[in-house]
Amino acid sequence: MKMMEVGWSVPRCDARAKVAGEEKYAADYYPDNLLWAGARRGGIPHARIASIDVSEARAVPGVFAVLTREDVPGTNRQGIVHKDQPVLAGEKVRHRGDPVALVLAESREALARALSLVRVEWEPLPGVFDPEEALKPDAPLVHEKGNLLLKACIRKGRGEETLDECPVVVEGVFEVPFQEHAFLEAQSGVAWREGEGGIVVVASTQAPFRDRFEIAHALGLPAGSIRVVAPYLGGAFGGKDGSTVQCLLALAALRAEGRPVKMCWDREESFLAGYKRHAARMHYRLGAASDGTLQALHCRLFYDTGAYAHLGGEVLELGMEHAGGPYRIPHALVEGWCAYTNNPVGGAMRGFGVCQASFAMEGMMDRLAAKLGQDPLELRRRNALRRGDRNCAGVTLVHSTGMGPCLEALSRHPLWTEREKWKSEAGAFKKRGVGIAAVLNAMGYGRGLPDAAIAKVELTREGKFRIYNGVADMGQGNAAAFVQMAGEILRQDASRLEIVQPDTEQSLPSGSSSAGRTTYTYGNALVKACENMKRKLLHRASLVLMADEERGLVLVPGKVRHLPSGREIPLEVLASFFPDSDRVCIDQFVMPVSQEVPETGKEFFLGFPHVFFSYAAHLACVEADVLTGKIDVKGYLAVTDGGRVINPRCFEQQVQGAVAQGIGYALSEQVLLRRGEILNPDFTNYFLPTALDVPDIESVAVETVESTGPFGMKGIGEVGVNAPLPAIAAGVEDATGVRVTKSPLSPMSRWIVEDGGFPGSEGVPPSR
Amino acid sequence: MKLSFFLNGEETTVEAPPDRRVVDLLREDLGLTGVKEGCGAGECGACTVLVEGEGRLSCLMLAAQLEGLRLTTIEGLGRGEANHPVQEAFIEYGAVQCGFCTPGMVLSSMDLLRRNPRPSRSEIREGLSGNLCRCTGYVKIVDAVEAASREMEGETSKGIEREES
Repeated sequence: MKMMEVGWSVPRCDARAKVAGEEKYAADYYPDNLLWAGARRGGIPHARIASIDVSEARAVPGVFAVLTREDVPGTNRQGIVHKDQPVLAGEKVRHRGDPVALVLAESREALARALSLVRVEWEPLPGVFDPEEALKPDAPLVHEKGNLLLKACIRKGRGEETLDECPVVVEGVFEVPFQEHAFLEAQSGVAWREGEGGIVVVASTQAPFRDRFEIAHALGLPAGSIRVVAPYLGGAFGGKDGSTVQCLLALAALRAEGRPVKMCWDREESFLAGYKRHAARMHYRLGAASDGTLQALHCRLFYDTGAYAHLGGEVLELGMEHAGGPYRIPHALVEGWCAYTNNPVGGAMRGFGVCQASFAMEGMMDRLAAKLGQDPLELRRRNALRRGDRNCAGVTLVHSTGMGPCLEALSRHPLWTEREKWKSEAGAFKKRGVGIAAVLNAMGYGRGLPDAAIAKVELTREGKFRIYNGVADMGQGNAAAFVQMAGEILRQDASRLEIVQPDTEQSLPSGSSSAGRTTYTYGNALVKACENMKRKLLHRASLVLMADEERGLVLVPGKVRHLPSGREIPLEVLASFFPDSDRVCIDQFVMPVSQEVPETGKEFFLGFPHVFFSYAAHLACVEADVLTGKIDVKGYLAVTDGGRVINPRCFEQQVQGAVAQGIGYALSEQVLLRRGEILNPDFTNYFLPTALDVPDIESVAVETVESTGPFGMKGIGEVGVNAPLPAIAAGVEDATGVRVTKSPLSPMSRWIVEDGGFPGSEGVPPSR
Repeated sequence: MKLSFFLNGEETTVEAPPDRRVVDLLREDLGLTGVKEGCGAGECGACTVLVEGEGRLSCLMLAAQLEGLRLTTIEGLGRGEANHPVQEAFIEYGAVQCGFCTPGMVLSSMDLLRRNPRPSRSEIREGLSGNLCRCTGYVKIVDAVEAASREMEGETSKGIEREES
């Protein structure tokens, strides 16, 4: 049996059940005697509801109940920060995915039939579908309070005042569309009533503890009566942070007369009603000295949050905080607007606002390099943030800051040093280019919202250690990392370690699985809990073994051993001396926050500023077909500073997966919208990267030590998704001379170099 | 209608409407939830099963099409130490993250290796291009299939002398 030790590529603890098809996801629960629940979506972008007639739907054989707004107890409002999203819309709908009725039926066939027979009489309202349009005075109002969710400003030094004095100034406008998370397990779950007024919800969710409060608030129930269970998720990437099925399922359970209810969105509904990465338009101006030293930045960011806030303000905040990239810029003004529109709802997605801004900032750096005739890597190295610098938000970087080492490692890699040779070997009708990007991503919730976790570890009667995971595992492998950390401290092999997934009745509140904080925050709490457990066991073993002192006692697999005498006590025997309440150790951790609060960004509700960052430098080898416009990524290097690595293979999994999502964002992924209608709500027309579209991705870890992290680690789930779009865009520019300002760079755009551009490019050759 | 087929090696008779989707028949009527549904439209490959050893999408098959055939789902492969080499390689090479695509990916890999026991990396990519994975970026899946191919080659070559190396 393999020892679980930190720093080694031990297989993930969840892999065996998953390859056998035994792991039970929320979608796999089929309680006996269940009712199917489904939502009728409005299908209209903006309208008042004149009336809803459910009589025909109710008459369908097999229909158990049809619920509308009137049937919702409580506030009917959900939302993580702003409670602006109805469980069931009663007065008006603000996007096509708004639910207006909830049907419970004996079969999926009856459910589908009834959903189609819910008759809604609409009073259509004019819609607005662009964030800048939405902020004009005469724009249709999505919400009565106005279309501005958040306007904020981060100012550093003399702001934009010095820009015009800079010897070199570059500018550009960049646009990115909504991106779909496209996790393979669509939003799903089951719920039932239990005991006196209790409700159990098993859902595919990133935030089971917060879900309790969401459900309680929306449905007017005591939070303590709601139990949420979060099995392993079939992917999430931010898209299951916030209510999807949870409130609808709880509502259905309330009306199911004691029967369990099950809801599984199909893929089209997942597109229609699920959250998206915010579309954005970004206006940038960047000024530098003639040697390339950055001097001033001005950006104006417009993020489209769609019909509801979700985490739109916080997404914009992250975008603004990272708008200047991983660089020293003495003077900066970053202005941001997050606007409501009648588009699908923008929400959390891996790279949370940073993905968008990274495209713009790195595009600026490449333009600057071209204008100065400098090497783009040298320009980045010259300006890269170092520990002790103030970042673009004015915060001093007091923790590990590995941007420089990442660029250094990239500069020595053959894909960089031999790039000219590779480019010269392009075949007929092919052009090759190599692009790089330098990015960063904050870790944690930021100031104003304690980023905390409470870990619990139990010595079972059988002498094994059971970890009660408090943060959902959506596939990133935090559960496996926890097992590995516990194994390291408790010196056990895999057979002695178990982990149970979050259940609000068994685990303790530990926040959401998000913000690159999952393994760091819970891991820190777990390290403390396991060290407590170890001390407790050695102390008790010394009593049982009648050792005069604890020194000389060590944990070994399955036992405590007294080294001087060689005597041992098996853990199951030791466990038998413990009363149940004593076999558990619990400890907590709160992520440190910035000790300096910049005199700027006062508009942010919470989460500003951040103080921990992961860094990455990526390189993309790009080949463009000049006849078809198809762009292929032929080689890829990702150098990441994520602190010390807990498990090299799991580290690579995160990096490679993030890069693949970034390649999709760069080349093919776009939620196509026409007046708020998604034209491609399926995998036939929304192009996810397949195994043929992603090259072998080489991952290199730059192991700075983050002294506050468990075993020196930092979160790396997000940073890798920020670099592929700018790196690939730079590669295309290098290959063809076409400047890229819009994503995706799909062949559908009919890009033909000879015509001087394609929709989404400025069509101007760079001046180098 | 009454249907008889061989499910994971056992003769199985069920009563089902002829137009019931095989994915529903397996998951809901027979409790084989290792068969996943990702898109319901034949685009993602999560619902892949083996029919007469060949990869098929169970969301696009109807119950009546199963009559008399041999069907293998992920549940029909070995367990624990007796795992199929493809399953072991997926564990060992880090090909599993969220795991929702994994059963389909494993079965498609087996189908690929049956047709082409020593595929190149690009042939593996081609062979698995009908199975979407949103977590891994595919690199470790390709690694795993390559390793499984070597492992299975080792097993078969014990008894068979091959001309090629």
